Amino acid sequence: MLEMLSMYLSYPFVRYAIIVGVLIALCSSLLGVTLVLKRFSFIGDGLSHVAFGGVAIAAVLNLTNQMLIVLPITVVCAILLLRAGQNTKIKGDAAIAMISVAALAFGYLIMNIFSASSNISGDVCSTLFGSTSILTLTKREVLLCMILSIVVVVLFILLYNKIFAVTFDENFAKVAGIKAERYNLLIAIIIAVIIVLAMNLVGALLITALVVFPALSAMRLFNSFRSVTIFSAVLSIVCALAGILISILAGTPVGSTIVAVDVLAFLICLFAGKAKA
Amino acid sequence: MAGRKQSEHMALMTVRNLSVGYDSNPIKENINFSIGQGDYLCIVGENGSGKSTLMKTLLRLQKPLSGEIMVGDGLQENEIGYLPQQTDVQRDFPASVREIVLSGCQGRSKNRPFYSRADKQMAAKNMERMEIADLAGRCYRELSGGQQQRVLLARALCATEKMLFLDEPVAGLDPKVTASLYELIARLNQEGITIVMVSHDIDAALEYATHILHVGKHIFFGTTEEYLDSENRKLFLTQEGGMQDA
Ligand SMILES: Nc1ncnc2c1ncn2[C@@H]1O[C@H](COP(=O)(O)OP(=O)(O)OP(=O)(O)O)[C@@H](O)[C@H]1O
Ligand SMILES: [Mg+2]
Repeated sequence: MLEMLSMYLSYPFVRYAIIVGVLIALCSSLLGVTLVLKRFSFIGDGLSHVAFGGVAIAAVLNLTNQMLIVLPITVVCAILLLRAGQNTKIKGDAAIAMISVAALAFGYLIMNIFSASSNISGDVCSTLFGSTSILTLTKREVLLCMILSIVVVVLFILLYNKIFAVTFDENFAKVAGIKAERYNLLIAIIIAVIIVLAMNLVGALLITALVVFPALSAMRLFNSFRSVTIFSAVLSIVCALAGILISILAGTPVGSTIVAVDVLAFLICLFAGKAKA
Repeated sequence: MAGRKQSEHMALMTVRNLSVGYDSNPIKENINFSIGQGDYLCIVGENGSGKSTLMKTLLRLQKPLSGEIMVGDGLQENEIGYLPQQTDVQRDFPASVREIVLSGCQGRSKNRPFYSRADKQMAAKNMERMEIADLAGRCYRELSGGQQQRVLLARALCATEKMLFLDEPVAGLDPKVTASLYELIARLNQEGITIVMVSHDIDAALEYATHILHVGKHIFFGTTEEYLDSENRKLFLTQEGGMQDA
């Protein structure tokens, strides 16, 4: 098995897939803790559907670089959803449900009506559940992914203390003079970027798992914000790595395998947490 | 922001003809009072009378519907400490006591990404002051209600040496813990920190406060002595005093 692995690893596209997979897992887990604690995880879910709609539009327009259209659409929707979540009149969760199903329906519709591709259901399936496209990444795509990931990680480290304050107690933070709205906005934008990045890896439907599971697992075991954040990042990387390797060796779909490993890790943490208590 | 300017008056905060509420529906109108340096103001009133809404308006967490809130006497906007009514998010939040207390230093380190040594010393000092130094490494969600309030108080003290706003700090605590928390707050007031507290506990308000603001059908503001003679107190006691002041 090891020989088989080392043979696969000698291919550059496999190495690219692993690099991108690990970076995406790292980024998504960092903000996962905040999203879960702020009850924002449903925003991630809604956004992933929006990103699917974006991909549909990009596919119809026959763009070579889909990111150019998917990223702006998702960022704008992230800002809108955040506003909706804070509005007391329209229920935030209802707004998110509306936007996300609408994006899903229109995305499929557009793909069906306008697409020139002969294999529509294959296209849809791979956008929703992740494709083998992670194994066909070009050097440029890998580079873009690396740059965006580094930006996300650096921003997170620099703003770590502010993010903690705004997550734990927004009103206190505002009274102390922190511009909480600004940080909420930034969090939403970063989430949008992560979701667009992660589309390649696990597909639109499974992104939320990547964001939520490592954070929930860490919260079973650890008691400080810092240890929860660090552990969820490490766990997420390990799961992504294991998932990618398993999928290469066993020939299973990449995205679902990673998520399955994440779920397994969560169950282990759940029982470990119960045993500890 | 509109409706707020430095006043020449020697009060930390002066409120004139203030109306508070949500979406332009006033809950309380025509509120007038002022808070001086070193005062201990208790805001009392029934459930739903608008005490928390008033406090949030004073803290600029929501806009006043009309009227003025003037801040004076050298009080900077980020020199206010706040102890909110607890939210659900906090109840299962994985954070250590030290992390939470330190986050009170955010106001003074606005443009620095990390905490300075001075911030850490400040947090340590305030944990001592609230007698929770031994809990520093513990997880917030595993503490008792009284301990949690002390943690939040220590955090608020990291944000201010001048003025504390407390929204029902003793809600849900047993009488003994309540009494010790009141003593702690009274000690802070003696050290010169101005206290503004929302409370249901009229007895404690009368014992510790220098001024009372009663929001009800009628609004009363005055010193505690004036309040004791006022019509309002009788009204208040006939409404819900049965359980508190028999
Ligand atoms: N976000 C909101 N939007 C609209 N109305 C609200 C909102 N929050 C509170 N209210 C209403 O405003 C009124 C005053 O609420 P508030 O929380 O200020 O009362 P309170 O005096 O603090 O009560 P308690 O003693 O129970 O804490 C209530 O009738 C409440 O229903
Ligand atoms: Mg209240």
